[in-house]
Amino acid sequence: MPHPRAIVLAGYGLNCEVETAHAFAACGAAAEVVHIADLLAAPENLAGAQILAVPGGFSFGDDTGSGNALAQLLRLRLGDALAAFHARDTLTIGICNGCQVLVRLGLLEGRTDIALTHNAGGRYVCRWVDLAPEGASPWLAGVGRMHIPVAHGEGRFVLAEGARPHVALRYVPGQSGGLPHNPNGSTDDIAGVTDASGRVLALMPHPERGMYAWQRDDAPERGPNVPEEADGMRLFRAGVAYFA
Amino acid sequence: MSAGGHRTLILGPETDGRAGPLLRHLPPGAAVRIVDVYTTKDKPPEAFARALACPVTQEAVPEPPTFAWAVEVGFLPGVADNVGATAAGMLEALGAAQDVYFSRLYLLSEVGEAVARSLLPFLANPLIHRVTIFNNINSFSAFLPVVDLDCTGDASACVNLEVSDEELSLLSSKGIENRGPLGLPLPYLHTIRDYFRAEGRKPRDIEVEMLAQSWSEHCKHNIFASPLDDDVPDGLYKHYIKRATQDIRAAKGERDFCISVFTDNAGGIAFDERWMVCDKVETHNTPCSLEPFGGAVTGIGGVNRDIMGFGLGAKPIANRYGFCFAPLEAPADYYRDLEGKIPVLSPEIVAEGVIHGVEHGGNCAGIPTPQGFAYYDARCVGKPLVFVGTVGLAPRTIRGKPAHIKAARPGDFIVTAGGRVGLDGIHGATFSSVALDEGAPATAVQIGDPITQKKLSDALLEVRGRAWWTSITDNGAGGLSSSVGEMGRDPGGFVVEMDKVPLKYPGLKPWQIWISESQERMTLSVPPEHADALIAHLASRGVEAAVIGRFTDSGRAVATWEGEEVLNLSMDFIHDGTPTTPLTTTFTPGGDVEPKARTTNMGDALLDLLARPNMRSREAITTRFDHGVQGGAALGPLQGPGRVSADATVIRPLFDSTTGVVLAHGLFPRYGDIDTGAMAAASLDYAVRAAVAAGCPFDHLALLDNFCWCSSTDPARLGQLKRACAALYEAAVAYGTPFISGKDSMFNDFKGYDASGHPVTISAPPTTLISALGVMPDTAKAVSLTPKAAGDRLYLLGATHDECGGSEYYAMRGALGRNVPQTRLAANRALYADYSRAVARGLIASALPLGLGGLAAALAKKAIASGMGLEVDLSAVDLSPEKALFSESTGRILVTVVPAHDAAFQKGLANFARPLGHVSFNTDLHVAECLTLPVESLAAAYR
Repeated sequence: MPHPRAIVLAGYGLNCEVETAHAFAACGAAAEVVHIADLLAAPENLAGAQILAVPGGFSFGDDTGSGNALAQLLRLRLGDALAAFHARDTLTIGICNGCQVLVRLGLLEGRTDIALTHNAGGRYVCRWVDLAPEGASPWLAGVGRMHIPVAHGEGRFVLAEGARPHVALRYVPGQSGGLPHNPNGSTDDIAGVTDASGRVLALMPHPERGMYAWQRDDAPERGPNVPEEADGMRLFRAGVAYFA
Repeated sequence: MSAGGHRTLILGPETDGRAGPLLRHLPPGAAVRIVDVYTTKDKPPEAFARALACPVTQEAVPEPPTFAWAVEVGFLPGVADNVGATAAGMLEALGAAQDVYFSRLYLLSEVGEAVARSLLPFLANPLIHRVTIFNNINSFSAFLPVVDLDCTGDASACVNLEVSDEELSLLSSKGIENRGPLGLPLPYLHTIRDYFRAEGRKPRDIEVEMLAQSWSEHCKHNIFASPLDDDVPDGLYKHYIKRATQDIRAAKGERDFCISVFTDNAGGIAFDERWMVCDKVETHNTPCSLEPFGGAVTGIGGVNRDIMGFGLGAKPIANRYGFCFAPLEAPADYYRDLEGKIPVLSPEIVAEGVIHGVEHGGNCAGIPTPQGFAYYDARCVGKPLVFVGTVGLAPRTIRGKPAHIKAARPGDFIVTAGGRVGLDGIHGATFSSVALDEGAPATAVQIGDPITQKKLSDALLEVRGRAWWTSITDNGAGGLSSSVGEMGRDPGGFVVEMDKVPLKYPGLKPWQIWISESQERMTLSVPPEHADALIAHLASRGVEAAVIGRFTDSGRAVATWEGEEVLNLSMDFIHDGTPTTPLTTTFTPGGDVEPKARTTNMGDALLDLLARPNMRSREAITTRFDHGVQGGAALGPLQGPGRVSADATVIRPLFDSTTGVVLAHGLFPRYGDIDTGAMAAASLDYAVRAAVAAGCPFDHLALLDNFCWCSSTDPARLGQLKRACAALYEAAVAYGTPFISGKDSMFNDFKGYDASGHPVTISAPPTTLISALGVMPDTAKAVSLTPKAAGDRLYLLGATHDECGGSEYYAMRGALGRNVPQTRLAANRALYADYSRAVARGLIASALPLGLGGLAAALAKKAIASGMGLEVDLSAVDLSPEKALFSESTGRILVTVVPAHDAAFQKGLANFARPLGHVSFNTDLHVAECLTLPVESLAAAYR
């Protein structure tokens, strides 16, 4: 059984650390919730980890732009450690607010041509979506389509002119029952991107909220005779399996 | 406030999602650009603008681009400026610390002055915002909203109570030196005067202010505590609510699942062997009527803290909401002042602000908000009813000791943790206990800072298991005077050094520090040996904490300021000194003649009914609330492919346990126009029934009661209240569903003027909200409202009577009627017990409790949820089609059953099941000899 060490960040308004750490643990990783303050105080902690997860939440209340203040803090105080972590054969994932943080951090490779901004509808939106993967990120190896939820106010990907992002996930028509398949007006239906290596994945939807069949919005319709695990868990399994 | 300073301008994109809601109020062709403005005293380093501006969507600019009209919205001095605080932290990280003040500039193009001004109510509230509107860039000037208090003068002053009753009444309504209302009735002031005569001295201002807080209706619930008529000598609360719980617990014996009732910040019941679940529902009506966003954020924040302060600390796992607004399209042509300068906020602005506030407060804190409702009644125009609740999870024991038991001990340090104290919310408790009229103090309104509170909550939960504190409570109404005063009851006294309390800015007087309701603060009693470790831990999480005194056993409440004693009261007097005021009541039932029966056009009636605000989908609200965070949504608020709003939800809070928490609610304000007893019983029945229908075992279900009443000194209103309480006692005891927590808000009256200056009083309808909290052992047994397959059998459980009185259907016809639904407790109890057994055996495919709109609405919702038609025959319901379809008789559940389970189901529910038909193979709702409607038309009306 592979046993990578996964650090899931917490604190300053992040709030999905428990369920995200559970997902990694359920897939066999040694998952550990680490307060950002503790990591800033001991950056060497990253050197012993194979997976870094920035979970969802509202770091610093989305003030000055979602993910912005936390991205600045990590850049100023943890920049070297993050660069060293990324230089090794490691995996990094940012979900929702974590996605906003990683994008604002240039996906750890200095990009400044991708951004997330306010949903086109001007409103926070919490609903289920359908996603199709593309590209060759280890995070999505064998994952296939996913039915998982989004919950965000600033989830709309926008690109600078001429930008060519490494798209990893797009919103696609599925079970959205009359709702637009793209929940936020995201450019080219982009729901997630990676860095050039594919080892850094930033996605707005929440796989940890759709990792078990009982979590799904259509669970009552699907009845009892379905596999216990649902689409979201495959993503975490793929991440952990990378270190097998 | 001072002029001058440096501005960093961050220009947003041409297509800015934030402008979307504004554009709806602008003519075609108009455009909005948004500039975020960060004002500092000194010029910040260049890196600051780079850190703020998103490289793709934003741009740091020296000047705003051209515009026709511009509106700048900043905060008044002292109002929580969360973005400014975050930006200040970013500046500090750059090594250039200074204060930052945030404002937002809206640049309007192709817009004239009148249109620009018409936007102001949507952009700002003069109670908290500084607003400037201009069409010339030269009018755009930097402003630093610095709080600058006069720090001179005595720390505390004596109050002369040896004056006439007229002067005492004036003191009560205007406050000491016109500081704001004390809200102390004359008998209370006499009691205070007599106390200080016996003490042989005059009271100091802080002492009178503290007593006004502690004895306020808001904190003391005097109306529920007072002797009533001849038959309720112990008061409504003890006689009906508390006694119901005592009787139920005694009858349950070993099967009693209550753990902590009525004594703590929330009520708690058993979840399983290791965990307990607690719940609290509050109202925040007055603040929401004045500043809807801030009122709702601080309401949610406050009730979150009740959970953080339950026992030795619980983790919030779900928020509840409930809104009673005036119809959104209704004009609100009322004013708080005779001159017509202070208009009542329009229902649309109230609703948008409140919804946004609950969204912000819950989402930022990482607490799912699955459960709630929106209800519309024109009488809520002056005071909306805004219910906010939070459910929490806590271990049953900490280090081998029961975790719901807490008590400060003499010698323990008094520690305050979280936000700092400012002038915010002073007189909030006394203010919310009086009817709302002009002269509402601006300081009664706050914004709230969910992230500061989230940091506090996380940091406390991290070390909860170390038993570093002996008690914990939140700072809500009355601030420190209430929290320290309440915690001081166990040890029997305290000494607070008022000058040790961390302040937002200098210049506060001791009385202000003592009663300030600044948000995001908890008070803890900490044995001295743990204080350093606790404070250091909190500091490492960015949370400020300070020792401000210690608990004693002196029997005295003492506070000092720079070494001088400013407060010294007997603890007994604070807590038990309130004089009792016997109340008398009268009761006359309401109601009108029953309207003429109708026999035709039932289909049109159903479509019209579904389109009414009280009937329609809540999806637009639900999707703004994060109901999936924490990953435990087992049965969500929108059900089926057709996404129908549910009145019961199930969450599974632990990944290592299948046990779920079931949440439901019930309220029927209009029934109270006929009979408040019927209203209260129906509310309780619906909350219980919705929870049971969703799969909650009938024998593990507790209740919370919230009363929103009006004119509560009027014997007729008190009579309605008494009747409601008596009905709740009967229903709760019959069902075996104990009350574990409750709250009342007794003066939901708006007193003001109409457009022509005539005085008006508009009272919100007397309303009882019952919230249900249940526990089910396996969330896989939860039952959704959605039919699963064509061919499944359709049954109505429970009896239908000619009971359209107060119904949504009669309201649509402009009638009230007389035949209000009567709740038949014995029959319902038997049904719910049988139904629970059927759920446990997996016999129910889908279930929907019948509520507003009766059977017709329930059939429509089932069809919309599934997208499948229903074939219905009403012959098993022995009433005219009109009454069969639209009666709102309580105690009914509409279910579908898989054919394979039909025999077992019929046997198990033989006494209650009335066959109606089946889920059809087409997409029409067909009720024989009554109506045929395609599911799409039903869905179109419903959405």
